Amino acid sequence: MSRTTTDLLYLVTIVTFILALRFLSQPDKARWGNRIGAAGMLLAVAVTFAQDEIVSYWEIVLGMAIGGGFGAVAARRVKMTAMPQMVALFNGVGGGAAALISWAEFHRKAPATGNLKVDISLAIMLSAIIGSISFAGSMVAFAKLQELIQGRPITYPGQQVVNALVLAAALASGIAIAAGAEQQWLMWALLACAALFGVLFVLPIGGADMPVVISLLNAFTGLAAAATGFELENNVLIVSGMLVGASGTLLTLLMSRAMNRSIANVLFGAFGQVSSHAAAAADTDGGTVRSASAEDVAVMLAYANKVVVVPGYGLAVAQAQHDVRQLADLLEEKGVEVSYAIHPVAGRMPGHMNVLLAEANVPYPQLKEMDDANPEFGRTDVVLVVGANDVVNPDARNNQGSPIYGMPILNVDQAQTVVVLKRSMNPGFAGIENPLFYNPKTVMLFGDAKDSITKLIGDVKAL
Amino acid sequence: MSHGLLLVFELTILVLAIFLGFEVISKVPTLLHTPLMSGTNAIHGIVIVGAMLVMGAGGKDTLTWVIGFVAVILASANVVGGFVVTDRMLEMFKKRERPRQNAAQDSPDADVGDRSNE
Repeated sequence: MSRTTTDLLYLVTIVTFILALRFLSQPDKARWGNRIGAAGMLLAVAVTFAQDEIVSYWEIVLGMAIGGGFGAVAARRVKMTAMPQMVALFNGVGGGAAALISWAEFHRKAPATGNLKVDISLAIMLSAIIGSISFAGSMVAFAKLQELIQGRPITYPGQQVVNALVLAAALASGIAIAAGAEQQWLMWALLACAALFGVLFVLPIGGADMPVVISLLNAFTGLAAAATGFELENNVLIVSGMLVGASGTLLTLLMSRAMNRSIANVLFGAFGQVSSHAAAAADTDGGTVRSASAEDVAVMLAYANKVVVVPGYGLAVAQAQHDVRQLADLLEEKGVEVSYAIHPVAGRMPGHMNVLLAEANVPYPQLKEMDDANPEFGRTDVVLVVGANDVVNPDARNNQGSPIYGMPILNVDQAQTVVVLKRSMNPGFAGIENPLFYNPKTVMLFGDAKDSITKLIGDVKAL
Repeated sequence: MSHGLLLVFELTILVLAIFLGFEVISKVPTLLHTPLMSGTNAIHGIVIVGAMLVMGAGGKDTLTWVIGFVAVILASANVVGGFVVTDRMLEMFKKRERPRQNAAQDSPDADVGDRSNE
């Protein structure tokens, strides 16, 4: 196939990717967007096979079968709660692939010094560094979300200095390469330093902030892919990679804005670290925790006029979304007005709760975003907090010493009564105490969210 | 085409892609943040094209073969896993009828019949 035909067909792929991104930003077309993107990808792979440069096929097909098979099985088997770490994993392997391509290109083109043009060696160095950071960083994010390593920030004195030195070493190797010192060991040093930086960079970031980090690393992988496009003089790589780089960057900003934090604060704030401030936040005015039985709570719910459910990660872990909906249906039959208040960062990813509740066929109009939900808490009888913690922590509003001070929260403490379903008194994912639990208006219903909701359903039915 | 001219063309489309990338998703609602991230994650799987070009080229030495082979595996996992995970996320929305804003607010019972085929 001639280069002209190839590039024209690649242009079709580019158009499908643009349409995919546009449709993925619209709720009713999102699924089609994903399919259009997949079709475009298939076309790009087919076109690449038909290129004259490709002379051997079987090892490509074998590699695709292994990688694709793993991807398909892992993506099918994973539970909805584990989706975030899956995205991290697939992002990481993409970044790794970009870094490896650059390594192979360097190895192939550089044996004789002076062979590489400056722009090509610049692209090789950028793609290798960014891809390597994305790979290693994503793997740490995966390990944190999968709880293979602790989710809390891991910090030590002088951390930023060490990180800066490691990054500087990676850049120095890269600059040496771009300047014409085309030694293979420089590439190894570059890849190793960049990977080390990826690990060190993500370690001090708390588990609750992982979605923002994954989004950022996703944009990184896009940039790495665009850089490989310059190495291989390939338009589809340049445009698609850069589209992801740009939209991923914007998405990262939107996500951190939803938490009312700057991106710098997310990346370098070691959010959720146990500090003296957090200890100050734990001062709960000597209040006590009141726990209630399921029967008591069932009565409160059944005789309320308005009930608002606030779902959080606990709901996802317990897979209680169907039970919550069943309970809501029962209450509605009794004439109770039920709605759901969704905090933008409830769960482990923005939109996490919407996906889970949609799975349980909760009617869309009952889902209220934070700005619509907050004015209504004043006239709400009972708020049912199902496994949410930090997003309802009044310290974000009142306690300047709290690490989450300034984050917009759901003002559930303005309701008449707050019922908190929680496994234990352990602090949430961010590791911060929550004075809401000590509020005289609050009662706790301890236990797994699914078990508690099931009991509530039984007790409401029995009334 | 000279190398310099090609580079200028490449830089031109790169800059246009930056603006397009910002523009095309600028109105995304919060509930689609996660699927959109996952979808863009699948799209950067386009590095598979680069991996194929490295792997398919003739006259490779062993090191290039190994690196290219691993790159093909990683990139295919990115592509297939990325699209499948995104599809599974979006599958959750499929049965829902078109959103009707605030219908539940005044008449909580009105949309009971709205729930689709169960």
